[in-house]
Amino acid sequence: MNTNQICRAVMVLALSTSLTAVAEEKAVTDSDRIEQYREMISDGNPAEFDEMRGEELWKTPGGPKNVSLEKCDLGKGPGVVKGAYAEMPRYFKDTKMVQDLESRLLTCMTTLQGIPEEQITAKPFASEKKESDISSLATYVVGQSKGMKMKVSTKHPKEKEAYEIGKRIFNYRAGPYDFACSTCHATSGVRIRMQDLPNMRSSKKDAQAAYTSWPAYRVSQGLTRSFQWRLNDCFRQQRFPEPKFASEATIALTTYLAVSANGAEYVGPGLKR
Amino acid sequence: MNTKSMIGFAVSLSLAMVAAPSQAGDASKDLDAKTAMIVKRDFRDKGIAKATRVEQDELQAACSKYVDNLPKKLKAKLEAKEAEAIKWPADGKFMGDWKAGEKLAQSGRGMTWSDKEGDPNGGNCYNCHQLSSSEIAYGTIGPSLLNFGKTRGNGEDIQRYAYARIYNAKAGNACANMPRFGHMGILTEAQMKDLVALLLDPESPVNK
Ligand code: HEC
Ligand code: HEC
Repeated sequence: MNTNQICRAVMVLALSTSLTAVAEEKAVTDSDRIEQYREMISDGNPAEFDEMRGEELWKTPGGPKNVSLEKCDLGKGPGVVKGAYAEMPRYFKDTKMVQDLESRLLTCMTTLQGIPEEQITAKPFASEKKESDISSLATYVVGQSKGMKMKVSTKHPKEKEAYEIGKRIFNYRAGPYDFACSTCHATSGVRIRMQDLPNMRSSKKDAQAAYTSWPAYRVSQGLTRSFQWRLNDCFRQQRFPEPKFASEATIALTTYLAVSANGAEYVGPGLKR
Repeated sequence: MNTKSMIGFAVSLSLAMVAAPSQAGDASKDLDAKTAMIVKRDFRDKGIAKATRVEQDELQAACSKYVDNLPKKLKAKLEAKEAEAIKWPADGKFMGDWKAGEKLAQSGRGMTWSDKEGDPNGGNCYNCHQLSSSEIAYGTIGPSLLNFGKTRGNGEDIQRYAYARIYNAKAGNACANMPRFGHMGILTEAQMKDLVALLLDPESPVNK
């Protein structure tokens, strides 16, 4: 165990003890508990370790071509990380596509560093056994937009199209339970068991709070989770098949949600149950 | 402007006014088609959750297209169709064992890609409904069902009603947010009877 891991282990232990302690009281929702927790650890979020790991990966030469990602263009010019996430997803001329942060990182890792795409997309999410480079990189990049206003464009026709398709996917009902994102996320003030559900269709406030707090460190899992992971796990709960990592469907959906959050301050990486 | 060009202007103006809505309609149709193509392409099998699950039946497609606000006629037509497809218990009985029903109502398992083939499906009822006063961790997507039997009685009519709701909630409200437990083969006939008993049996925690 290195220092990071020890720090993290201690923090997780402290947090989960406080979680169960609070859980024994009556009808407190998970949001209430997270609020209490946030106060307790006001001096830190374990996601910071992932940000540090990501920063190192960004700056260290790697891949078959042994170059760093410092020439990666996230939309504000090669190497510009500051504020990039607050304007993503966006249209990129070189790929002729709208890309979210993770699909753009994938482009940079494959083209600049020469890493085979399948090597990254085979296991794009962190697990207890193995950290994920692309997730850590994402955590680093989002941290560099902290405090900035979300300003995702729909000016380019492809951006507008992504937004419109994302909206349709949000309302797309299918599968054995007939669920869509909207089944759980289009009514205000409802919850599943004790988990509050943001209304991302018609509450600007909910849509902003939900989007701007991801990626996030999940205490129940002891891992920092990316936005692609968030979508992936909601599709699982929706009883859908698995969305392909960084696919057009996930990018369109992210565009819809990000545009709905425009105007809000980005406050991630967040902290979740 | 001479008369001729004025007429020409007026004609093109009125044409534009007629054309505008249908152009918007076409754009929307194109987006619908593109969405369908993307969804079909961008999902893959994982465990028991096969890629074919994104294929919509008529009802799912209609509720998606109209964002859960169906035109009256279509709504009535779809509800009738769903109602017709309800398979009623062959023995004419609706009440099972409320204790088994409570277990089912508590379980949120089933049909995700992290569930295993052959694992029993839960009912997920507490995920969306308040059912008993002892369980405080209940969801609120659906209405509270606390005291359901106490307030509605437990005669044959209400038994049939509860069974139908569980079997196919869309027969009563085409775009309801409740799954079609019987219609989609999520729960068996015996399990649905256990849930009817949970809702209606005077001894059930729902009515205590
Ligand atoms: C069956 C209900 C359900 C469906 C369907 C569903 N979600 Fe969720 N979603 C949840 C729950 C529950 C949470 C809270 C997560 C937690 O604490 O584990 C959540 C959380 C989220 C969050 C983070 C909110 C926050 O404030 O942290 C986002 C974003 C989200 N969902 C997006 C989506 C999208 C997009 C879809 C459609 C692909 C979707 N969800 C479908 C239940 C659902
Ligand atoms: C995803 C959420 C969800 C789940 C899971 C769910 N329901 Fe529902 N249920 C609803 C909603 C929403 C309604 C209101 C339906 C409408 O709009 O007509 C409802 C309505 C009902 C009604 C009719 C209530 C009345 O006042 O007439 C009954 C009975 C019912 N549900 C029983 C159940 C049972 C039993 C289960 C578990 C097998 C269950 N539900 C699971 C969401 C859900």
